[in-house]
Order: sequence, then C-alpha cells, then structure tokens
Amino acid sequence: MAHHILPMPITEDQVRALCVGDTVTLEETLYGIRDATQIHMFDHGRRTKFNLQGHAVIHTAPNLRKVERVGNNHSGYEAVCVGTTTSDRMERFTRPLMEREGVRIIIGKGGLRDGSLQAFRDLGGAYLAVVGGAAALETTWIEAVEDVDMDDLNPESLYKFRIKGFGPLLVAMDSHGGSLFAKVNDEAARRRQAVLEKLGAA
Amino acid sequence: MSLMSKTEIAPLVVLPEAIEEAAKLLYIRACKILPDDIKAGFTRLDASETDATAKTILATMIENIGVAERMDNLLCQDTGIPIFNLLIGRNVAVDGFALKEAIARGTARATREHPLRSSVVHPITRKNEHTSCGERVPVINIDFTDADRELRLEMIPKGSGSENGSFLQMLIPADGLSAVKRFVVDRVIQAGGKVCPPTIVGVGVGGTSDLCMHLAKIAATRPLGSRCTDAEGAKLEAELSEAVNALGIGPQGLGGDSTSFAVHVETAATHITMNPVAVNIQCHSARRASATFTPAGISIGF
Repeated sequence: MAHHILPMPITEDQVRALCVGDTVTLEETLYGIRDATQIHMFDHGRRTKFNLQGHAVIHTAPNLRKVERVGNNHSGYEAVCVGTTTSDRMERFTRPLMEREGVRIIIGKGGLRDGSLQAFRDLGGAYLAVVGGAAALETTWIEAVEDVDMDDLNPESLYKFRIKGFGPLLVAMDSHGGSLFAKVNDEAARRRQAVLEKLGAA
Repeated sequence: MSLMSKTEIAPLVVLPEAIEEAAKLLYIRACKILPDDIKAGFTRLDASETDATAKTILATMIENIGVAERMDNLLCQDTGIPIFNLLIGRNVAVDGFALKEAIARGTARATREHPLRSSVVHPITRKNEHTSCGERVPVINIDFTDADRELRLEMIPKGSGSENGSFLQMLIPADGLSAVKRFVVDRVIQAGGKVCPPTIVGVGVGGTSDLCMHLAKIAATRPLGSRCTDAEGAKLEAELSEAVNALGIGPQGLGGDSTSFAVHVETAATHITMNPVAVNIQCHSARRASATFTPAGISIGF
C-alpha cells in the first residue's frame, strides 16, 4: 500500500507501478471531461486542441464563474465548485480515450466495468477513486481553470485545471486486473442469499 | 346558496415576490448546508463502521461538510434537478399560477446570480438554457395540509448519480411481499457505488405506477429518524435497513458496513391485482431546505 505523488503527465511504467489499494496525489495538471464531451469526441468525431498524452482526466462538470481572460487564465472561468460524477455512464469511452488520446489515468466515483479493466491492462492505465459528493474539499485542490475546449458544451466542456495536492485518491482499478469494485460486487452477490433468507424472501 | 364561505380571520396572503426570493435562497442554501439529521446520521455511521477504508471515506465526507460551511461553498458539484414541495395549509390565499412562475424565477436567479451550474437540459436536443429550468422543471409538487395560515416551501436539489438509481416493478399479488423485499435488495446491489453511498433507500409500495415511484421519492427525501406512518411499512423499513447494510457495499461502493443511513418506506393503497414496488435512492449529500410562511413571518430550516 504505497503512496505515490505524481506530477502529470506520466509514463506507461509509472501507471503500471500503481496497484489496487495504493494512494495517489496528483500535481500540476488535470483535465475534466464528462458525458457530452466524450459523446462529441468519439461519436461525433470532434477533436480537442489539448494534448492528453500521459495525462489524467476526471469525470466532472464544474460550477464556474465567468472572469476576465488575463495572465495565465485562458479559460475565462474561475472555479466555484469542482466535484466528481458517476463514472459508470462513461464506461464505453475508456478505451478510445486511452487509444486515441493517450490518457493514462481516469478519476471518478462508483467505478468502471470489465471493459475498462481490460483497457487498463492492455494499454497501461488506472482508475483512481475520489470521494464523490466531497466537492467543497476537492475544490480546495484546484488552483485554476487554466483553459477550456469545446465550450459550446458548457458545463460539459473539456477543462484544463491547474492542481495542487490533488488527493489522496485511492487506486481502485489497476493495470494488473485488480478492481476493488469487482471485489465488493462479488462479495455482495455472495452475501445476497443469507440476507434474503433472513428477510424470509429467499 | 353562496359558493364562497366567509372567513372570520383574515387569510395568510403569500405574494409571488416572497416565493421567488425564498426559492432562490432555498436552492443556494440547500446546496451548501446539510440538514442536522443527516449530519447526525454520519456521526452514527462513523461510530459503527468497522472497515478501515470505509472509515477514511466517511471521515472525508464529514470533513467536506465542514469545508462547505466554512468556505460558504457547495457540498457537491451536482446542483441536481430542482424539486420544490409546496404545502398549503388552511386559510391561505395564493395565486397558484403566479406562485409556480415565481418558483421558476427564483430557481433561474439562484443559477445566474450565485452562480450555480445549470444541470438541466432538453431531453432530446440536450440544450442547456443555463437557468436550471425547462419544460416542467423545476418539479413542483403541491399538497394541502391542516396547518392553519401556514404555507411551507421545501427545496430538494436531487443529484443525478442517485436519481439514476430509480427502479419500478409492477409485481403481482402472487409474487407476495417476499418479491418486494428481493427487489429492494437486488436494486441496492445493482446500484452499488454508482449512487454515492451511504444512501437513503426510498421504497414505494402500492399505489399506481406513477404514485409508487413518487412514494419512493418521498421516502428517499424524508428526514432521517422519521418512520413510515403505516405500521406494516415501518416494520418493512426496519427489516430492509438491516438487510442492505449486511451486503458489504459500503461508502462509495468500496466495501464496509455503511451502505445506507436507512431504508425508508412509503405506502399507498393499491388494486386487487397489483403489487407495485419502486426504489428511488438519495445519495449521502441528502440536501434539503425549507421556508415556512406564517402570519409571524418566514422561518428558514430544513
């Protein structure tokens, strides 16, 4: 159970060093994506101006306030509240996100399925669980909304965040076939019969 | 015969402007301050949790409640689908149509003026008007109570992660109560970590299909510690609360004892051929806010 501090982007070797149960804190850069972003990228063939090679993406759609584009702020936004959404809806985008865009880490809540686990194994990737619904805290890890792409999809645009001490996050799915979610689901299925018997509903 | 009865006491008059201000205030407040019963629920789960990872996750959630209050920020990024329950007591004079419009205006103003993320889109074009409003949204439920000269406006920003954990099955009488119990247990397993546990599992039993689903929503958004007023329903919620917490799903679906704060059940009479059951889940960010209008003024609470 190691703790890793990862300035993003990272290499394939770095992501393959992560194991289920480890914790991770990310530094420097994080990209925010969501349902509509990925539907447009992979179903409608849109391409992003950002280079996502080796980067981490988080399943999010933030609350933002419009501000002047000055200095390093190319987005025209500042963060009000940045949190995390349920990952499962975006399951089918994991492999294209890794194959086409070179993404190494997906951050979300609630977990992804077997297809994503296979993609992490084949291509070198990992899923880091953040505590969903703890967005006020998560926002304190965001320094700035540096840039934005596909902003016609607002709030489901593609965001570039500058981060500081983004974590600790839990490695919940790794490139070695490990998934905490699969383990918990198997355990729940195993306990189901006894639970139903106690309810007189077996 | 007159169609109008004379009232001895002047009715409580609530103007649309007051409702608009209240709707705006409640939407923002609900997103920031968790009700006391939910905070107490966290304390209870934290004390009884035995899994180390689950303890850490609960601690983070509790820390987040404090950070949101200290920094005057939103608890969760999901501003949800805005739901308003309007409970009109006796001897209250309102222009119902103007009141519905006032709720929508207050919702749109909260969204633009705070600002809040508008999480509401057209269901087919997916266009976002950036007002948190659209056709039939905010959802407004109107009911009448026996409270004299009192009007209560409740606001619930219902997050989508848990709202997507909604299920209905039109069971039949031959399936019995055991099928109702199985349905609840199996849907909680299916929802797993996707609905942001620890949850409040709302269960509707009886009614029509739409009423059954609405019962589940009432159950999911009821304060912790409240009980189903129907004795059989209350028995069922005690049994099911124990059952779902024996599954090991835990906070965020990462394992542990704390899968749900509680299972809440609401019941309604149903047809001789029907045995409907519905599940609607509330995530751990179980947000509510209320404004109560009386002749003494407006009081803000949960």
